[in-house]
Amino acid sequence: MDVTITVNGVRYQRDIEPRMLLVHFLRDELGLTGTHWGCDTSNCGTCVVLIDGEPVKSCTTLAAMTSGHEVRTVEGLEREGELDPVQQGFMEEHGLQCGFCTPGMLLTARALLDRSPDPAPDEIREAISGQLCRCTGYATIVRSVRWAAEHGDGAGTAPVAAEQEVGS
Amino acid sequence: MQVPAPFDYERASSVDHALRLLDQHGEDARLIAGGHSLLPMMKLRLVRPNVVIDINDCVDLDYIIEDRDVLRIGALTRHATLLASDTVARLAPMITDAERVIADPVVRNRGTIGGSLCQADPGEDLTTVCDAMFADIVIRGRDGPRTIPMADFHRGPYETAVEPDEMLTEIRIPLRPGAGSAYEKVERRVGDWAIAAVGAVVWMDNGTIDDVGIGLTAVGLEGVATRAQDAVRGHAPDDDLYAQAGRLAASQSDPIDDQRGSAAYKRHLTAELTSRALRRAVERSQGR
Repeated sequence: MDVTITVNGVRYQRDIEPRMLLVHFLRDELGLTGTHWGCDTSNCGTCVVLIDGEPVKSCTTLAAMTSGHEVRTVEGLEREGELDPVQQGFMEEHGLQCGFCTPGMLLTARALLDRSPDPAPDEIREAISGQLCRCTGYATIVRSVRWAAEHGDGAGTAPVAAEQEVGS
Repeated sequence: MQVPAPFDYERASSVDHALRLLDQHGEDARLIAGGHSLLPMMKLRLVRPNVVIDINDCVDLDYIIEDRDVLRIGALTRHATLLASDTVARLAPMITDAERVIADPVVRNRGTIGGSLCQADPGEDLTTVCDAMFADIVIRGRDGPRTIPMADFHRGPYETAVEPDEMLTEIRIPLRPGAGSAYEKVERRVGDWAIAAVGAVVWMDNGTIDDVGIGLTAVGLEGVATRAQDAVRGHAPDDDLYAQAGRLAASQSDPIDDQRGSAAYKRHLTAELTSRALRRAVERSQGR
């Protein structure tokens, strides 16, 4: 079947099997391997991407279901060589060790800050509670997201606003 | 790698369209909304539909409406929407309690109340909520809608009164004065199914429990604690009554030993959580 999916602002048309999961569409059809493929059972959360701005586990979403929708992956966080504040925060506060969970964590953090620009640590923990990290014990991830909240150009620049800045 | 077996994909633009597609494809078709129950089962070949009908475009099924003495919830309403709803928290806080502990925040962005009910997993939380609150279920077929009480909705594990050419469209929670409700769940970790959970609603009148609903999750196929309900109805609530209700709910539960815990532990939880849920429901009915 034909699908048209906008990923990181680029429209892609592909002929795919209806059973193709979004995570495999991103990785295998588009070569966007930043989205990691983990447990396959919607438990670990490393495959989290944003669909129309909301975090979703892409191993449990059919690519066909996102046809006509906008997907944002970790590759879409950086703008013109400038890291998103959440990416910078993970660097500054050592929010990762092995990095396997990181793409999902970054996107959930981005969506959280878009909704709630100054989240308390408990709010951050709640937001990432559907995602597993086996290195950090989560403490540095929480600090990383706080760093992004405090340094995000007015705490949590909305992606739309960032896009306009790039375009101007 | 877990992928479902091949199937054809259809996207329904409206409820009528979805019903036409169901009629056309018969028993081989399945509706998909959030997909967070159906897709895992399809990956494991526990379900193998030939046609998957995507109803995510049926946005007119995504609503929460306070309609006089009924709280009407559209089948496509997401868990995240229910959790965030002030209307739900005010009128039926048991739903808010349950939504906070259903799956995890990311899954809640996709999963729907209609999907949860139609999945009919014996360990599913919203089934208990709807049982306890005496909800009515609106099911639409080609000949129009029919409404059945929650008591008639489940035919057994993973089996409901929704026929292959029908779809669940609305959940109707009756609203009566003096209500208070709560849901208490113990789980091993975020996102897991309940080890045990209990939902309770009371309708108070002059300091006594005029009517009550108590639902049980994951402790046997009997989802309503009728003995406990009978014991508290008409009485003024106190600690002894809560404890008695707990004992009766536990006696009516029929849990099994599994990786989540022993049957004895689950029975203990059933008693304790029944007491807690009732106490909290009563407190809420009094605005505490």
